[in-house]
Amino acid sequence: MATEAAIYKAVPRPSLWERIRTSSAPWVFMAPATVMIFLFFFLPVVLTIYISMTNMSVATFGKVVFIGLQNYIRMLKSRWTVKILTNTGFYVLTTLSCFNVGLALILSLLTTHINERVGTLFRTLWLLPRITPSVIYALLWIWVTADAPYGIVNQFLSPFGIEPRNWMNAQPWLVVIMANGFVGASFGMIIFTSAIKSIPEDYIRAAMVDGASTLQRIRYVILPMIRWPILFVLTYQTLSLLTSFEYILLLTDGGPGFYRTEVWALHAYHRALSNYFGNVQFGYGAALAAVLVVIGIIASILYLRVFRFNELVAEPKIEAL
Amino acid sequence: MEVQLENLTKYFGKVLAVDNLNLEIKDGEFVALLGPSGCGKTTTLLMVAGIYKPTKGYVKFNGQAVNHLLPKDRDIGMVFQSYALYPHMTVYENLTFPLKLKKVPAEEMRRKAQRIADMLGIGELMDRKPGQLSGGQQQRVALGRALIKEPKLLLFDEPLSNLDARLRLAMRGEIKRLQMSLGITSIYVTHDQVEAMTMADRIAVLNKGQLQAYAPPEELYDRPRTLFVAGFIGNPPMNLFEMELYQEDDHYKLRHPDLSLAIPDSRKPRRQPSGRRVIVGLRPEDISIGPEGEIESEIYMVEPLGRDDIITCKIGEIKVQTVVDSRLGYRIGDKVRISFNMEKVQLYDPQTELSLLWA
Ligand SMILES: Nc1ncnc2c1ncn2[C@@H]1O[C@H](COP(=O)(O)OP(=O)(O)OP(=O)(O)O)[C@@H](O)[C@H]1O
Ligand SMILES: [Mg+2]
Repeated sequence: MATEAAIYKAVPRPSLWERIRTSSAPWVFMAPATVMIFLFFFLPVVLTIYISMTNMSVATFGKVVFIGLQNYIRMLKSRWTVKILTNTGFYVLTTLSCFNVGLALILSLLTTHINERVGTLFRTLWLLPRITPSVIYALLWIWVTADAPYGIVNQFLSPFGIEPRNWMNAQPWLVVIMANGFVGASFGMIIFTSAIKSIPEDYIRAAMVDGASTLQRIRYVILPMIRWPILFVLTYQTLSLLTSFEYILLLTDGGPGFYRTEVWALHAYHRALSNYFGNVQFGYGAALAAVLVVIGIIASILYLRVFRFNELVAEPKIEAL
Repeated sequence: MEVQLENLTKYFGKVLAVDNLNLEIKDGEFVALLGPSGCGKTTTLLMVAGIYKPTKGYVKFNGQAVNHLLPKDRDIGMVFQSYALYPHMTVYENLTFPLKLKKVPAEEMRRKAQRIADMLGIGELMDRKPGQLSGGQQQRVALGRALIKEPKLLLFDEPLSNLDARLRLAMRGEIKRLQMSLGITSIYVTHDQVEAMTMADRIAVLNKGQLQAYAPPEELYDRPRTLFVAGFIGNPPMNLFEMELYQEDDHYKLRHPDLSLAIPDSRKPRRQPSGRRVIVGLRPEDISIGPEGEIESEIYMVEPLGRDDIITCKIGEIKVQTVVDSRLGYRIGDKVRISFNMEKVQLYDPQTELSLLWA
C-alpha cells in the first residue's frame, strides 16, 4: 500500500488549469457546429411550434395572441385533413417505391451490366434534370403534357387512337409522380451504382461458376450486398419526399380541382405563405409544418427501429471480408 | 474430363495477356499454371471458366469447343484467392448455393453438404457467417463450395496465397490428397514454384502470356528447355553465366578469361549455338566447396538460412551460388576451392534462349 501511495505521489497531480484545459477541449471544438445546429436546426422547430400556437396572420400582425392548441383542433376538424394526409401518403409511397428506389435500382443494375461507356453516358444524361433549374424542368413537363396541338405525349399517343388531351389535368398524379420520380431516381441510381461497382469482382465470378444466371446473381449476390445503401436511400428519400413540394407547386399547384394533388408540405406552404384568398395564416401554416415535423420524426424512429439505422451508418456500405 | 486449349489468345484492348497458348490436359490430371505476376495465369483460368471470352482460339472440353458456353453450363468448380464466400450467407448456405441454383431437393442438399463438411472438417461451422471464420476455415468452405456439385473440372486461382506458411503447407497436402481421391481434373494457378512442384502432375510455365514449358516437375527441374524456365524453377536459382564454346579433339570445352571447363560426352550439345558464346547453367547443389576442388575462388557473400548457408563465390568476374552446411562456418573473403558437377551442366543459346541439350 505504502509503495502504491508513493507511486501516486510521484506522478504530479495536473494543475486545475491543466484539467480545465483538457476537459474543455472537446467542447471548444464542438462549439461552432453546436451553435449552427442550434441556430438553424433546433431554433426553427421551436419557433414553428411557438408560432403554431398563435393566431399570427397578415390580419393579426401587431396583436398576435397565444391561442394554445386551437390551430391543431381546427386542423383535426377540417374535412380536408384526411384527404391531404392520404394524398401525402400516396405520393410518398408511390414515388419512393416506383422511382426513387425501384427505378433507381433498375437503372443502376442496367447501366452496370451493359458496356461501361454507354452505361456512364446514360447515367450522366439521367442527371440532366437534376441540374436543370426546377422551373425549367417543370415547364418542360407542362409543355410535354399540354393539350393538342402542342403536347408531345399526344403526338406519340394519337397514332394508337388515344384522344389528345391535357395530361396534366387528365392524370395529375401520374405526371406529378413521374416528374418527381425521374429526378428522384438519380440520387439512388448514383448511390446504387457506386455500391454495385464496389462489389469485388470475385463474388460475381464465383456466382457465375456456381451456376447463377444474371437475374439470380442480382437476386442472391448483388442485392444482398447493397442492402445497406438501399435502406439508406429508402430512409433518406422518405424524409425528403415528405417535405418536398416544389415540383407539385410548379406543375399542378395542388390541383386540378380542389386539393386533388395537394400534399401536406404544399398545404402548409399555401396556408402560411400563399393563400388563395390573400389571407396568409402563419399560425395555422406553422401548425401544419409542426405536424410534418412530427410525422418525419415518427418515420425516422420507425426506420431506426425496423432497419436498425445505427448498424446502417456504422457498418461499411459494402460488406466484404 | 480432358481439356484442350488451342491457340488461346486474349487481348485487353491493346494489351496482349495470353499469347497463342496450346495445352492439353488429360482426364484426372493436376496441372499447375506457374509464372511470375502478370504473365496471364488468371486470364487463362478465367477463359477456361468461361468468364472471359477468348479473343482467338478455343477452349475444348473432351474435344468439344465450349467457347460459347456460359460458366454455369460448364460443370466446373472454382476456388479463389479471396475465397469469395458470400458474406451474407452462412457456411451452410454458401456450401449449398450451387445446389440451390440447380433446384436440388432440400433433403439431398443437406446430405451432400454434410458429406462435404465431414470430408473437410467444417461440420461445426455450418451456422457461422464467413466473417466469423479464420482464413484456413474460409479456405475449406470455399473448397467445399467448389466440390459440392461434383464438377468435372476444378479451377484454383492461387488458393493458398492468403494463408500463413504453416497452414499453406497443410492445405497443400490436403488439396492434393482430395484431388487424387476424387480424380477430378484440375488446373491450379500459382506463382509459388514449390506449390507447383509438389502438387502438380505437370506444370505449364508461362511468361508474358506465352507457354515456356509444359512438363512434369522433375523434367522441368532436370531438363529445362528454355533459359527462362532454367532461371525460374529452383531456389536458389540456377547459376547462369556466359562462356565461349569450342571443340578440341572431338570434345567440347568452355572457356572464359577466368575459367575453363570440359563438357562430358553425356552433355554434348545436340545443336550448334548461333554464335560462339553460350550460357552455362549449373544448379547450386551441383557446385561443391572442398579441398579437392580444382577451381580457385573467394567467398563473396554468405546468407545464413539456419541449417544451410547460401554462399556466393567469385571466380574472377563470375559469381556462382551454392548451398552448404552452415556448420562449416565459411566467412566472406575466405579463399576456397570449388568443383562443378559437369554431368549436370545446362547449355543455352543466348540469342534464342533455347537449350542446346534438350529438343
Ligand atoms: N480486365 C483487364 N483489363 C485489362 N488488362 C488486364 C485485365 N486483366 C488482366 N489484364 C492484364 O493482363 C495481363 C495478365 O494478367 P493476369 O491477371 O492474367 O496475370 P496473372 O498471371 O494472374 O498475375 P498475378 O500472379 O499477379 O495474379 C496483365 O498484364 C494484366 O495487367
Ligand atoms: Mg492472377
